[in-house]
Amino acid sequence: MTLQEVAEQRTALTHSSSLHARRGGKFAVAGLILLGATVILLGALPYVAVPSITGQLVKLFYLVALASTWNLLAGYAGMVSVGQQAYVGLGAYAVFVFNDQGLDVWSSAFVAAVVVGALAWPVSYLAFRLRGGYFAVGTWVMAEVARLIIVRFDSLGAGQGREIATITNDPLVRQADTYWLALAVMVLAVAVVYTVLRSRLGLDLQAIRDEEVAAASLGVAITRGKRYVYVIAAGGCAAVGAVICISSLGVASPNAIFGVQYSAFMIFMVIIGGIGTIEGPILGAVVYFLLDKYFSQSGVWYLVVVGATAIVVALYLPRGLWGVIADRTGFALFPVRHRVSADLRGEAAT
Amino acid sequence: MNWINAIVQGIMLGGVFAIAASGLSLMFGVMRIANLAHGDLMVLGGYLAAVSAKRWGIPVPLTILVSVALLGALGWGLQRAALDRALRTSDMAPLLVTFGVSVIIPNVLVELFTSNSEPLSIGQLGTASIHFGSDISVGWFPLITLIAAVVVLGALELFLRRTQPGRILRATSDDAPTVRLLGINDRRVYALATAISLATVALAGTLYTMKQGGITPFEGQLTVLFAFEAVIIGGIGSLWGTLVGGIVLGVAQSVGAQISPDLPLLIGHLVFLAVLALRPQGILGREAFA
Repeated sequence: MTLQEVAEQRTALTHSSSLHARRGGKFAVAGLILLGATVILLGALPYVAVPSITGQLVKLFYLVALASTWNLLAGYAGMVSVGQQAYVGLGAYAVFVFNDQGLDVWSSAFVAAVVVGALAWPVSYLAFRLRGGYFAVGTWVMAEVARLIIVRFDSLGAGQGREIATITNDPLVRQADTYWLALAVMVLAVAVVYTVLRSRLGLDLQAIRDEEVAAASLGVAITRGKRYVYVIAAGGCAAVGAVICISSLGVASPNAIFGVQYSAFMIFMVIIGGIGTIEGPILGAVVYFLLDKYFSQSGVWYLVVVGATAIVVALYLPRGLWGVIADRTGFALFPVRHRVSADLRGEAAT
Repeated sequence: MNWINAIVQGIMLGGVFAIAASGLSLMFGVMRIANLAHGDLMVLGGYLAAVSAKRWGIPVPLTILVSVALLGALGWGLQRAALDRALRTSDMAPLLVTFGVSVIIPNVLVELFTSNSEPLSIGQLGTASIHFGSDISVGWFPLITLIAAVVVLGALELFLRRTQPGRILRATSDDAPTVRLLGINDRRVYALATAISLATVALAGTLYTMKQGGITPFEGQLTVLFAFEAVIIGGIGSLWGTLVGGIVLGVAQSVGAQISPDLPLLIGHLVFLAVLALRPQGILGREAFA
C-alpha cells in the first residue's frame, strides 16, 4: 500500500457516510435468546431435579449476583471495596427484622434489599471521603462496625446467631421457593447491571473508570454516578445475604455472615472471569463454584490455589478469562460497547 | 484511678499497634501500596520465630533475627517478582496481589502447622511488671514493645529523610518517570524498601507472638485492620504520626474496655471513622487529602 493510498483511506474514513456505530457483536441476538431459554429452563428445574442439585445451584446463583455487583462497583466505578460483607450481613439480619414483623421471608428478602440499599446512601457520604487503598480499608472497617453493632442486639441473637422465626414447614416447597428466590436475585442483579451500563450512567461510569479527572472536566457528575452504583451494589449484596439466611434457615454465626471472605470470593470471581465486563464475573462465579465444589474437601490447599491464581491473573491476564475469549472471538453476550465499522475495501477502491 | 490505668494500658497497647503499623506506614504511606497481606505477613513472622525456636533449637531472643532476615528476603523477592509488575499494570493490581498473598499465607500455615497455637515462650519476662503506686502497673514486655516501636519508627524516619535510598524512595513515590529519567534504578530502591518494611513486620510479628505466648494462622486478619487504622489516624506518610495513631487507637480501645468489656473494638473503629470524617489527612498529616 502506498502512502497516498493510506492517506486516501484515512480521508474516506473521516468523511465516509458508510460508518456505522452499533452495539453488539457477532451472535449478540442469538446469545440473548440462548440466555432467555437458559433462565426459563433453570426456572423449571425444581419440577424435575432433586433438591440436592437445586440446593447447590442456589449457591452458584448468589455467587453470580455477588460477583456482578462487585464488578459494577470495582470494574466500572473504580471502587475496590473490601467491605461488601457489611451489606451481606445486614441483608441477612434484615430478614429477621421484617420476618418478626409478620412479613413472610420471601417478601422480607426484597424489602431487606431495598432498605439496606437505602441505608448505604448515607454511608456513602463517609465512604466517599476515601479512595483507592483507603476506600478498601475504610469499607472493611465499616463492615466490622456493622457486625459489632448487630451483635449488641439480643433480639438478633447477639453473638450467637439465630434462626428464622416463621418459614414454610414443607421442606420441598421451601427448597423450591429458596431456589426461585436465588434465581430471581441473580437474574435481577445481572439485569440491573446490564441496564445501568447501557444507560447514560453506564457511559459516565466507564468514563470515570478510565480517567476520572478528564471525565469530571467534561461535566460527568462523578460522585452522583458512584453513589448510585454504591447503593445498587449494597442492595444486591443485601439480597444475597437474605438468600443465604433463608437457605440455611438463619444465621449460624455473625462472624461468618459479616466475614471478609465474602469480599475474597467477590474479588477472586471478578478478577478470574474478567473485571469490567458483564460476562466475566458470571464466568468467574462458575469457575469458583466448580473449584469449591470439587476441591473444598481436599483441605485448604485449594484456597492456596485460589490465592495464587488471583495473583497470576492480576499480573499476567489483567482482563481475565472472558477478556481472552472476547479478544479471540469478538463475542459479547451482553453488548454494552459501541463499535464503529466501515467498509474499508469499498472506500479505498473508489 | 481506673481511668488513668486504662489510659496507661492504652498507651502500652498503642505500642503494639504502632510497631505493627510501622512497616505498613512505609509501604502504604510512602510507596502507595495498600498491603492487604500485612497482618498475615506479621503472623508468618511470628511462625518463623516460633518454629525456629521449637524445631531448630535457636535461643528465643535470637529468633527475632531469623524472622527479620527471612521475611526481609521475602520482601525483596515479593517486590521483584510481583509488586513491581503490579505497580505497572494498574492501580488495582497491587491490591489484588497482596490480597492473593493474604489468602495464601494463613492457609499454608494451617496445612503445615494445623490451626492450633504454635507456642513461643519468653518465660518470666512475659508477666513481669513495674508497679507505680497501688493501682497502676506496667508490664515489662509491653514497655519493651513500645520502645521498639519508637526506635523502629525513628530509624525509618532517619532512613527516609537522611539517606540516599530514602530520598530516592520519596522522589519515586512522587514522580517515578522523572526519577527514571535521572538514571536511577528505582526498582532496586523499591525492593529495598519492601525488604525493610517486611523486616519490621517480622519484628512486630515476633514481639506479638512473644506477648501472646504463641500464634495461630488467622490472627492476621484483625491485626491488618488495626495497622491500617493506626497509619490513617496518624496521617499517611508521617512515621511519627503512625506512633500517635497507634497510641490513639490503643487508648480508645482501652478506655472502651473500661466502659464495657464488649466495647473496645467498636470504640476503636468509631474513633477511626471519626478521624476519617473530621480530619481525613490524619492527626499529623499535612498534605491535602487527594
